[in-house]
Amino acid sequence: MSITTTWYLLLAAILFSIGTTGLLVRRNPLIMFMCIELMLNAVNITFVSIGSHLNDLGGQLAVFFVLVVAAAEVVIGLALVVAIMRRRSRTNADDLKILGG
Amino acid sequence: MSTNLLIVAFERPAIDWHAVAPEIVLLSVGVLITLLDILFLEKARPYMAALSGLGILATAIPLLTLGIDGTERVLFDGAYVVDNFSLVLKAIFLLAGYVVILLSTNYIVDGDYWESEYYGLLLASLMGMIMMASSRDLISVFVALELLSIPAYLMVAWRKRDPKSNEAGLKYYLMGVFASAVMLYGMSLLFGVSGTTVLSEIADSIDAGNGSSSVMTLGIVFVVAGFAFKVSAVPFHTWAPDVYEGAPTPVTAFLSVASKAAGFVALLALIFVGFYELSNIWEPLIWILAALSMTVGNLVALRQTNIVRLMAYSGVAQTGFMIAPLAVAGHSLSTGNQALSAIVTYLAIYAAMNLGAFAVIITLARRTGSAEIDSFSGAFHFAPGLTVAMTIFLFSLAGIPPLGGWFAKFEVFRVLATSGETWGYLLAVVAAINSVIALFYYATIARKMWADDPSEKDLNNIEVTPSLVSALAICVLVTLLFGIFPQLVARFTEVSLLAFGV
Repeated sequence: MSITTTWYLLLAAILFSIGTTGLLVRRNPLIMFMCIELMLNAVNITFVSIGSHLNDLGGQLAVFFVLVVAAAEVVIGLALVVAIMRRRSRTNADDLKILGG
Repeated sequence: MSTNLLIVAFERPAIDWHAVAPEIVLLSVGVLITLLDILFLEKARPYMAALSGLGILATAIPLLTLGIDGTERVLFDGAYVVDNFSLVLKAIFLLAGYVVILLSTNYIVDGDYWESEYYGLLLASLMGMIMMASSRDLISVFVALELLSIPAYLMVAWRKRDPKSNEAGLKYYLMGVFASAVMLYGMSLLFGVSGTTVLSEIADSIDAGNGSSSVMTLGIVFVVAGFAFKVSAVPFHTWAPDVYEGAPTPVTAFLSVASKAAGFVALLALIFVGFYELSNIWEPLIWILAALSMTVGNLVALRQTNIVRLMAYSGVAQTGFMIAPLAVAGHSLSTGNQALSAIVTYLAIYAAMNLGAFAVIITLARRTGSAEIDSFSGAFHFAPGLTVAMTIFLFSLAGIPPLGGWFAKFEVFRVLATSGETWGYLLAVVAAINSVIALFYYATIARKMWADDPSEKDLNNIEVTPSLVSALAICVLVTLLFGIFPQLVARFTEVSLLAFGV
């Protein structure tokens, strides 16, 4: 049995679902970042596999933009976590509950 | 041989320098501010706000010349378009950015925080919005969205020694990144079905019969959901109240106006240029978002005691009004164009009245030291001018003639009622009921400010800084002008995206 584009797309869909579930279920910001990375990389796999399926460079091109932006995003996210960690001993998204009402 | 091939393969696309002049000016000012900050540190600080304000005004000059020129300019094979629609929205963004800078002067630095970087970030975010107005390609929409969001995450968390601000920043970040990941997955699906990222080519591919695929439907749903987050439509609004409360108030004003408008611009470009033909998919989606946003936003706003949270929920409700015309936009081309004009009109007027309301809140909250509505009681006794201004903004938000908000709401109702669709009439009824609910809580604030006794003993008149006076003057002027002479704003917002979309 040969591996066709469908398999890659399926893999991406599964990765995306794992990422989404993780983001909604887990409460540690670092794990949540990892889940976001999973989701973004699922997007990358989709773009690349469709790009190679259609023989279109646009798919590969899109991945570069996604990669760069994802890197910038994670830097900001880690900076925010560091800022919070300085003020309190542990970080848990459920502890963030000053705001509400 | 191989090097030859490489050289032949890359040919720089023709760039219309006039068309991208506003972006280049804004970018240069942003870079200049960052450099000055690095070189002179504290010494440059007093001049930063003025410099970034001047930079925004300088950006408006090429915008004006482009507007006078009036030709539609298409760059990069249709990925970047400068037309009347994008020029009007760029002008709205610039005006909102200018007012936010006026609001931020002297405020951001309170509590010994750095100020210079703030203006650099603000200009970067503004740059993303200005790019968003011209983006007609999935990739450029995505890059513009991130360029406007990433600095905004930092601006929300600006008060780094304030746990509230930290929390707001992290919440906004997590929700924002989640939404953009969902949107991006939707984009990759759209690319998969149509084989292109340019919106007008996606429309061609739908015409060619690719629109019926269920993957296309999924892609559209994901993309619309991603932007529903950005414009804080129910059920993607949960971040808004917390982030608005925790962020420094000028940043809140910026998010509630400029960032929301940017989300709308992208949504409009995607729907009108990209998948206008598939109205059977996005119309019901938008209908639900609009009805839910109006109703939930207004009902929850009724029981808020903090004015910033109240403005957050009222903003959610206003989003419902703004998005409503889209629910019937697919009926016919003329309805589509009317819906587009109505939304752009609403965005322009909403920017003025909401920024104005936040300007008053910033000034009053600094005096009273609290954002509770009760602390504004009797404001008329120590801040008569501000009370009058706030009343104008609140009644405009509620849609009372002859203020700007009235015309904005009127346009929305006109589109809904003349569409000839049952769903349109139903949504108009929902909107009418919600206007009444909204009037109740806006009027309650005004009543407290005018009629109640002040809670503090210090009745000396509040001092308002010159920059806040100018911000208020701009907002009051625009709100009144657009209400009394609606044909003025209608002339500018008579824009169309459908000409080349269909």
